[in-house]
Amino acid sequence: MIRKCLLTVIMLSLLAAQGFAQGFIQIKGSDTLINLVQRLSEVYMEQNPETMIATTGGGSGVGIAALIADRIQIANASRPMKDKEKTAAKENGVMPYEIVVGIDGLSVIVHGDNPIGHLTVNQIGKIFRGEILNWNQVGGPDMPVSLYGRQANSGTFVFFQEHVLGKKDYSARMKRMNGNAQIVEGVLADKAGIGYVGVGYVYDDAGNVREGLKVLKVARDLDSEPVDPLNAENVKSGKYPITRALYQYVNGKPTGEVKDFIAFELGEGQKIVEEMSFYPVAGEYLEQNKKAGF
Amino acid sequence: MELKKNKLHQTPVWWRRLKEQVIEKFFLVHGMLAVLILMGIFSLLFIEGFPAFKALGLKSFFFSTKWNPTSFVQESYGILSILISTLMVTFGALLIAVPIGIATAAYIADVAPPRVREVIKPVIEVLAGIPSVVVGFLGIIVVGPLLSRLFGTSNGLNAINGSILLAVMALPTIISISEDAILSIPQEYKNASLALGANKWQTLIRVTIPSAMSGIIAAVMLGMGRAIGETMTVLMATGNAPAMPHSFLDSIRTMTATIAIELGETVQGGIHYRSLFVIGFILFLMTFFVNLISDLVLEKYQKVNR
Repeated sequence: MIRKCLLTVIMLSLLAAQGFAQGFIQIKGSDTLINLVQRLSEVYMEQNPETMIATTGGGSGVGIAALIADRIQIANASRPMKDKEKTAAKENGVMPYEIVVGIDGLSVIVHGDNPIGHLTVNQIGKIFRGEILNWNQVGGPDMPVSLYGRQANSGTFVFFQEHVLGKKDYSARMKRMNGNAQIVEGVLADKAGIGYVGVGYVYDDAGNVREGLKVLKVARDLDSEPVDPLNAENVKSGKYPITRALYQYVNGKPTGEVKDFIAFELGEGQKIVEEMSFYPVAGEYLEQNKKAGF
Repeated sequence: MELKKNKLHQTPVWWRRLKEQVIEKFFLVHGMLAVLILMGIFSLLFIEGFPAFKALGLKSFFFSTKWNPTSFVQESYGILSILISTLMVTFGALLIAVPIGIATAAYIADVAPPRVREVIKPVIEVLAGIPSVVVGFLGIIVVGPLLSRLFGTSNGLNAINGSILLAVMALPTIISISEDAILSIPQEYKNASLALGANKWQTLIRVTIPSAMSGIIAAVMLGMGRAIGETMTVLMATGNAPAMPHSFLDSIRTMTATIAIELGETVQGGIHYRSLFVIGFILFLMTFFVNLISDLVLEKYQKVNR
């Protein structure tokens, strides 16, 4: 009798586990993407109640490491995968497929009282490498620059290092914050502060730029015109110098509910991308997504 | 009566002995468990970290101030600046917590009327239960802005901030153990001092506290162990800049924060992963010796008072 009961329980739990596993997508990675993907999955789950999606953060590096270890279905990343990571994935039998879900104008922010309105990419690089130490070296007031950045597990950290710092090291005096939101809070409280965040993080709930925060215009070099990342056209056309794609990586060509979810993100979901103040996929990235079957 | 006696005789002696032994071994295993876990942690840290030691050498860990394992230019694994940062916040915390802690303990044990004591003691115990994330949060939104206004710096994410928060977290440990030590001083000592004409304050400062000194030192060491190992609070409040700190107003990054930030993204078995275990190993040794010393001091003081 007892044995029979036990058997039934085991059978039932096995069944339940299977049913659970069938409609369950685990997403992990970029802290820049987390709010956006969470919103996307919420809307998707409303329409498809049989699918369960769990989204967590930790940073692009953490998400990619989890995909390499085959612990999750989708990795969010605000930077492309490094060659080192691709080899590690192959060694583990994981074939990463790359999908672009949105575009971000990586925004350089300063305190609202700072009179500086624009900088060149080169100047920003020098500031974050610790070669420019005082705001008066770029025409600002006499106060030491206070740097706010992300931690090494962040895709934004790595992207900024590659494209603005020229792959050189960040100043060791840069404060390593836990997320985009913390950088915004830090700069809001620091008159000498400068930081970088995804464009979606500079707005308040009403869709205005946070009070007391200034988003710098960035010029490619001294001869070109400074460009505003808050203007969608500048970012979509790539005129804004620190434009980047926001990625999702999956293991192998997506199938089943993972495929359905990504199709939703790239279709109807693009409106949500805009609502969350990022920019929809355009141009070359559309072609790239087509190759992955979308 | 007769029947009962018979029944007792029915359980054979060997069976009772076996039962006794099984029960004894059962408790022995549980007693050993903590020791086994400790040894397990020690050997895990050593085994995981040793290859990094072998590959990089002692020199690159202890004679370099540059910790930058993900650099595109030159990966470096110097732990000097994070080691010093850890020591800085720890001693900063003790500088704040020790005087306050001892004073509070002396007040509760020797001065406070029983009704006040009954209120203060549980409040301090509640203080010990506040999650470190909450303390760190207070560091960002309360202590940080306050410090930046006080010292005229542009921000308050620095070593002092971490020290203050760690002091708050170490206080309950320091207070409750110091208080026990002060309470255990025999009443005769105080009576003798009072009889010689010393007033209450003189008795407290010159007789009671010196007599309880070894207990108080043990309390401080335990508080120190707590401060060295604390992660979340310092991670949130000190800014995590890995530069070599020059003053308490610099943003710093501790050993615990380094492990917490970086372990998630490292490739398992890689050199970066293993060097984080080296940090963990050093951290373990530090807290181990601090606890060992406090244990030795405590033991000495218990002998003296026996």
